[in-house]
Amino acid sequence: MLYINNLNVELEDEKKKILNGVNLDINAGEVHAIMGPNGSGKSTLSYVLSGKDGYRVTEGSATFEGREILELSPDERASLGLFLAFQYPVEIPGVGNMTFLRTALNSQRKSRGVEELSAAEFLKIVREKAKKLKIDAEMLKRPVNVGFSGGEKKRNEILQMAMLEPKMCILDETDSGLDVDAMKLVAEGVNALRSKDRSFLVITHYQRLLDHIVPDVVHIMADGKIIKSGGADLALEVENNGYSDLLAEYN
Amino acid sequence: MPKTNLTEQKISSYSLPTEASWAIKSRKSALNWLETTGLPNRRDEYWKNTDPSYFNTIKKPERNKIDYVENSIFENIDRINIVFEDGYFNASKSDELLLKGIEIDTISVANQKDNHWSANYFGVLEKSSQVPVERTLASLNTAFAVEGLAIRITDKIDKPISITYLHSNDTSDVLIHHVIKIEKNASVTILESGGVASRSNCLMEVFVCENAEFDHVRVQGRSHEKIAVTHLFANLLKDSSMKSFTLTVNGKSIRNEYVVDINGENSKAHLGGAAVGDRGFSQDDTIFVSHNNPNCESRQVFKKVLRNGAKGVFQGKILVKDGAQKTDGYQISQGLMLDDDSSFLAKPELEIYADDVICSHGSTCGEIDNAALFYLTSRGIPMAEAQDMLVLAFLNDAIEEISDESIRTIIGSRLKDWMVKRHKS
Repeated sequence: MLYINNLNVELEDEKKKILNGVNLDINAGEVHAIMGPNGSGKSTLSYVLSGKDGYRVTEGSATFEGREILELSPDERASLGLFLAFQYPVEIPGVGNMTFLRTALNSQRKSRGVEELSAAEFLKIVREKAKKLKIDAEMLKRPVNVGFSGGEKKRNEILQMAMLEPKMCILDETDSGLDVDAMKLVAEGVNALRSKDRSFLVITHYQRLLDHIVPDVVHIMADGKIIKSGGADLALEVENNGYSDLLAEYN
Repeated sequence: MPKTNLTEQKISSYSLPTEASWAIKSRKSALNWLETTGLPNRRDEYWKNTDPSYFNTIKKPERNKIDYVENSIFENIDRINIVFEDGYFNASKSDELLLKGIEIDTISVANQKDNHWSANYFGVLEKSSQVPVERTLASLNTAFAVEGLAIRITDKIDKPISITYLHSNDTSDVLIHHVIKIEKNASVTILESGGVASRSNCLMEVFVCENAEFDHVRVQGRSHEKIAVTHLFANLLKDSSMKSFTLTVNGKSIRNEYVVDINGENSKAHLGGAAVGDRGFSQDDTIFVSHNNPNCESRQVFKKVLRNGAKGVFQGKILVKDGAQKTDGYQISQGLMLDDDSSFLAKPELEIYADDVICSHGSTCGEIDNAALFYLTSRGIPMAEAQDMLVLAFLNDAIEEISDESIRTIIGSRLKDWMVKRHKS
């Protein structure tokens, strides 16, 4: 589904290299986790894949569903089925959460040539999905993420994911700032979306989240590249011993 | 300011009408002030950022292209419609003016009558608002305007009174003067819409009596060529309230002045404005709110979206006089620049002589939030549409100042339409 080949990326302004040849193959239905110390390039990878400004790809490629995506605009990538759940969801005063969600969903449908949803149809679906994530009507009415708690913001990300039904979901430290109950709720939301046609890339610092969202493959990232890959137990190893042993091995 | 040649030329391009003696007296007083004070010029403190020559010149204005095709933006609202065409009242296109709780005359009729109610009000607020800052374009209006309405409200009026200014494709240059009095316990909504004329100087004097309410929403025409100066003078007695919102889209030079005098306890004055302009656009809001009594509230919320070298000006003052304790004054002006060529010039002012008040003022000037833009596009919303959403969101605070929901929706969708058209053009 998503194939990343020798991806090299630097910051546009500073010419600072962040990714040093990332290789990653994610097949349909798989859940991959990326762990790694601060500054290893995990979030950059998620931003570059979803098309954020400020990065220059100096080498390598990323193909999604057979298409080279690095030249596409963020909205085109989203319409192809790529989704990034943000580590820090942005507050957008003045834009209603519902308006935002409906515009996003219908923009994607339009670009795929699918008929847009009417307000009533949309409302029915969004209410149903919001209920499962314990998002109340009041939260849906408020401006996007404005005044939301950390947990509410992350639940709102998962709601967007549930509404947009992407094929490839990238979760950037979705567990950060969540208490145990909130994390469970978010994980349940994610697990409910797991299917043979949908893949996940879960970026996290801690093994905790992976207790709830059990990955097929775990990658350790350091210094802008993947230094080790393994099964779910690799995450446990990191939890018990920290990154230092793995880094020593790599160096 | 010395009397200038320009002022003489301007004055000589008009003539005083023959009317009842009270009207002649008011007009002569305004004319006298104009003659001794002169028209505004760039050296005046409040004209540094807007070129007054557009308003001062006696040269015929350019033709406006867009306005005539515009019917009133409020046409789907149940309303009392009054139509002006190229600055002249048009009786055949207007609704019946005989209504319960409302007295309406044109000022050309009112000013002929020896004892018309408006005799004690015509030109009064304009005159009292000349100090400390001279507003001689308003004096010019009082001296020579023969079109306009004298509206007296004696009851709570549910239907808005909508004044539609149709403008045909000509070079009209008009003065319009409205006098509105809302009697004790009465209330009214006045809507204004349309291009008025190629160049217009519109003035509204509003007397809001005890426990009365005045709601005002104005949409200035869409033409890129229009030149307009407006003055809204309001006087509020105790327990009264006023709300005024103006939407300005496009134009060559538009200056909206507001002078609000709060002269009774427990009164509220809310002023709001949203302006959106492109190349060659210059829009100026100059506001003076005076708190003369305790326990009153005032708000100024003005937002401008500027691109392609457009200019926005905001000059807003809150004056809290000695004794006006517990005043709650708020003022915010914000410019959103869609490129590096545009400019937003703001002069927020507070002058406070009471010691127990809450007054805040803020002014910001910025660009589109890139993080928000990425967030929206990453969900599949195309860039242009995402930008529009953020522009509308920015203007939203000002639009929220409109109390009526259906009118708020109309204004919001007009802005949206305008933005979509812009992408297509």
